[in-house]
Amino acid sequence: MKFIDLLGRFVFNFLLATGRFGLFTAQTIRYMFTPPFYYKQLLTQLIEIGFYSLPVVALTTLFAGMVIALQTYTGFSQFSSEGPVSLVVLISVTRELAPVMAGLMVAGRIGASMAAELGTMRVTEQIDALSTLSTNPIKYLIVPRVLAGILMLPVLVLIGDIIGICGGYLIGIYKLEFNATTYLVNTWTYLKTMDIVSGLTKAAVFGFIITILGCYNGYNSKGGAQGVGAATTNAVVSASILILIFNYILTELFFNA
Amino acid sequence: MLFSKKILSKTPKIRLSNLYKSFGRKHVLQGVNLDIYPGESLVIIGGSGTGKSVTLKCILGLMEPDAGEIEIDGQKVTHLSEKAREKVNAKMGMLFQGAALFDSLTVWENVAFGPMQTQRITKKDAKKLAIEKLALVGLTKDVADIYPASLSGGMKKRVGLARAIAGNPDIIFFDEPTTGLDPIMSDVINDLIITTTKKLGATALTITHDMTSARKIADRIAMLYNGKIIWIGSVKELDKTKDPYVRQFVAGSANGPILTQAKVEK
Repeated sequence: MKFIDLLGRFVFNFLLATGRFGLFTAQTIRYMFTPPFYYKQLLTQLIEIGFYSLPVVALTTLFAGMVIALQTYTGFSQFSSEGPVSLVVLISVTRELAPVMAGLMVAGRIGASMAAELGTMRVTEQIDALSTLSTNPIKYLIVPRVLAGILMLPVLVLIGDIIGICGGYLIGIYKLEFNATTYLVNTWTYLKTMDIVSGLTKAAVFGFIITILGCYNGYNSKGGAQGVGAATTNAVVSASILILIFNYILTELFFNA
Repeated sequence: MLFSKKILSKTPKIRLSNLYKSFGRKHVLQGVNLDIYPGESLVIIGGSGTGKSVTLKCILGLMEPDAGEIEIDGQKVTHLSEKAREKVNAKMGMLFQGAALFDSLTVWENVAFGPMQTQRITKKDAKKLAIEKLALVGLTKDVADIYPASLSGGMKKRVGLARAIAGNPDIIFFDEPTTGLDPIMSDVINDLIITTTKKLGATALTITHDMTSARKIADRIAMLYNGKIIWIGSVKELDKTKDPYVRQFVAGSANGPILTQAKVEK
């Protein structure tokens, strides 16, 4: 009996949490299209997510591009040349590595800080204070953050694409001693719009996942410092897992459907 | 008694009727009935965990009661649409226990936050308004441009009070206004509460367990125990009452009918 009781409670709590998250998401999306809009808040978030995440995203995609060039060379050693290396670098960076790397790095950076900031605001009653000052907290706090995530992640990934391909190029030219012109021409001919577009679409989805989870966990945190800590962990872990799952699903949709 | 007779004729500013609220198996409010009349200062006293904060949050619309009605100026305010709720909230100001200042904004932006959201005023006018309100709570314009993090507890409360009165509210709520302050600063805040509400002609509802503060700012005192208002009367009546619960709370005694054992949640 105790087992059934526990199972029932688990299922009930799971459904409750899913429902709450669904409502929160639906409300956020609805408020994106209803005034008032807080442009100043949006601008702050755009800078916070876009500009300040640039160094981390640039570094991770650079090294990702470099290591792919190196591994492809070893893997294709029998017929290694400019062709396969530049193609593999191009495809893996634009389709998978840049979006996933940028997504995971931003989840760690932005997801965590949003959860901690909103969590602290919840615990110190600042979110309640917004309501008493006739300001809808979801419109004022959540919508700008989520919008900024959806808009800035593709920009970051586009920059990551360029830097990652440059990383591959650097290894190809200076370590593997390929011909620079051939490598660049190859890269240019293999480049397909779909590779870039799929990567950027993924980025927008990841941006949404990161910010909505960071906001949801922070907004609903309870119980002081410990609650804020738990919210931060949940935000980063759940966003990272969902990024990898959705990355697979989107790849399937784009290239296998 | 004279006082209560005089005000009975008016419609109450805030009326709580049969308010119920539970969290799981914990029944916090179990039928709260309370009328607060225009211009009076009512203080709700009660121990920790008796539902004072929950009552306040229900009136402010931060929580919906499970059952019962809340009326403000005769208008029902439970289950309102967001727009209507925002309109009702524009009539209210609230001083939070920890002041709840927005730490990403400067002091003056905090104070002028409400007016900047609801009215179309320029930044310059907003700052002027903020400095005026800061003067009312005894702060100079030197603090206007600093961030709340560098203020002391007493200063934060003052800024919080300035923010609460910035929109010229009809009703002001005070959540434990003296908690965490030294006795002298507590008295300063009590004085400010009295002068600012008088100046606005506002109705004040305070929740506290600080009896010194309650005696000073209250016209009437209501005691909340076990989710119900068990006693209500003026400060004078408070000293004469034979109600054992009120007497124990006022005396601050561990012996009496009020259970002192902390209730363990199951």
